[in-house]
Amino acid sequence: MKKAKKVINNPKNVVPELLEGLVEAYHGKIRKLEGLNGLVKTSLPEGKVGLLIGGGSGHEPLFHGFIGENMGDGAACGNIFAAPSPDIVLAVTEALDQGNGVMYLYGNYTGDILNFDMAAEMAEEQGIRVKTVLIWDDVASAPLHRIHERRGIAGDVFVIKIAGAISAVSGDLDEVVRVTTKARDNTRSMGVALSAGSLPETGEPTFELGDDELEIGMGVHGEPGVGREKMLPADAVVEKMMDMILADLPFVSGDEVCLLINDMGATTMMELLIVNRKIRQILREKNIRVHDTVMGGFATTQEMAGFSITLMKLDDELKRCYDMPAASFGYKWV
Amino acid sequence: MGKSELTITEATAMFLHVAASMLESENLLTQADKAVGDGDHGIGMSRGFAAVQAKLESAPPATVADLLKTTGMALITSVGGASGVIFGTLYRGGARNMGAETVFDAGTLARMLGDGLAAVQERGKAKPGDKTMVDALAPAAATAAEMADSPLDQALPPVAEAARLGLEKTKEMIAATGKAMALGPRALGHVDPGAVSMWLMLKAMAEYVVDW
Repeated sequence: MKKAKKVINNPKNVVPELLEGLVEAYHGKIRKLEGLNGLVKTSLPEGKVGLLIGGGSGHEPLFHGFIGENMGDGAACGNIFAAPSPDIVLAVTEALDQGNGVMYLYGNYTGDILNFDMAAEMAEEQGIRVKTVLIWDDVASAPLHRIHERRGIAGDVFVIKIAGAISAVSGDLDEVVRVTTKARDNTRSMGVALSAGSLPETGEPTFELGDDELEIGMGVHGEPGVGREKMLPADAVVEKMMDMILADLPFVSGDEVCLLINDMGATTMMELLIVNRKIRQILREKNIRVHDTVMGGFATTQEMAGFSITLMKLDDELKRCYDMPAASFGYKWV
Repeated sequence: MGKSELTITEATAMFLHVAASMLESENLLTQADKAVGDGDHGIGMSRGFAAVQAKLESAPPATVADLLKTTGMALITSVGGASGVIFGTLYRGGARNMGAETVFDAGTLARMLGDGLAAVQERGKAKPGDKTMVDALAPAAATAAEMADSPLDQALPPVAEAARLGLEKTKEMIAATGKAMALGPRALGHVDPGAVSMWLMLKAMAEYVVDW
């Protein structure tokens, strides 16, 4: 397979260089920790419960692009597609702690858990309270009775949005955990891949997929999904995905949801709009109302072609949180 | 001529040989990981062992415990992903019951692998049969325990061979943890990349003491 063309310098410097660029794009609102791939806001309200997000880089704007007003307070950034090491997570934790503790919020991946847990133990030894909420929205990655094995994908965006809102108004770590957990539990996603993204360091694609094939359930790191089939028209793909998403929670008549249609890197807005048309037809038939529609590249995997659909079911509390303004590099709500 | 035990300087040289050999294996590990994961294992281990090289060369350790802890911390802070914590924990955990000793012999190897295995399992919760590096490490640790009173150059080759046999068996396993878990039966026929790394490290140690 052909190697990907990338606008980069030395492949080994991809992560620190992209973070420097991100810091510049924030116009002084965030800073990079000295010598570490960790980012924190330059000013934090006194006593705020810290919201620490993070994971592997290469999925921009996820995660570090979601630091902002009523969003994340800091991010621990790993190398490309790899969890951040414990020393980075710990340094960001120390920078965020205002005495009321720090909540870690990240996708449910073995590598991330190992590193964040090790950092949490080190932070607790220093007397910093840390709680963790794992995001596991990917319906395709494990059956419902093993939901704790599911991966976190684009649903991260909505869960971070809610966590950012509640952590801005509540000074209680346990309350922040409760509301964030509810947002996580109300969120379901599913993706489909049309072609692979590449590892920026090598230009090699992370998987092989035939020219006439698609793969439903593909993970954001290009992990193989749950089944391959021949290319299908947009409406047929969306129907398959929505059947699985809707049945899983389940979403039922009268529900109100936020809808995210995420581009994995190389799928065009034209295609996302065609997808949205079909999603809304299905939701209208089921009498499910859409409170907000978000479309674009939020959780990407380089030039991977494909998209994911995320629904988050709202209740009064989640809706109040969702409707608070939010401002970050990668996601805004006004 | 083999080497029945190593001074701390020689043991450090053995670890530098491991580092060099891991750097040479980057492509092999990338290919192994692409089959069942996201293909970043080779890059991560390379980055980790480049850091190990730099640390060991800039501040040569005075004891075996220092050597293991320095190696472990360098891996934890530079590999990233699951591999950094797991392989770092192997060496840091391996130093758990070491005092001020400055000789690395077969008994040291047995303690390093035995305590390292316990620490890895505590941290990662993987059991033998889960298709992880534990499947190469556990039989290697068991063989090392049996050979603890032998000269090091006689102990290391069978220890590395036990790791290789364990690695081969991961082909028949379905992953119970990590990114390959999502593959289910599709992971059959492929080895676990972490187990490959585990074997490569022990093989490099064996080469170093046997080719002395």
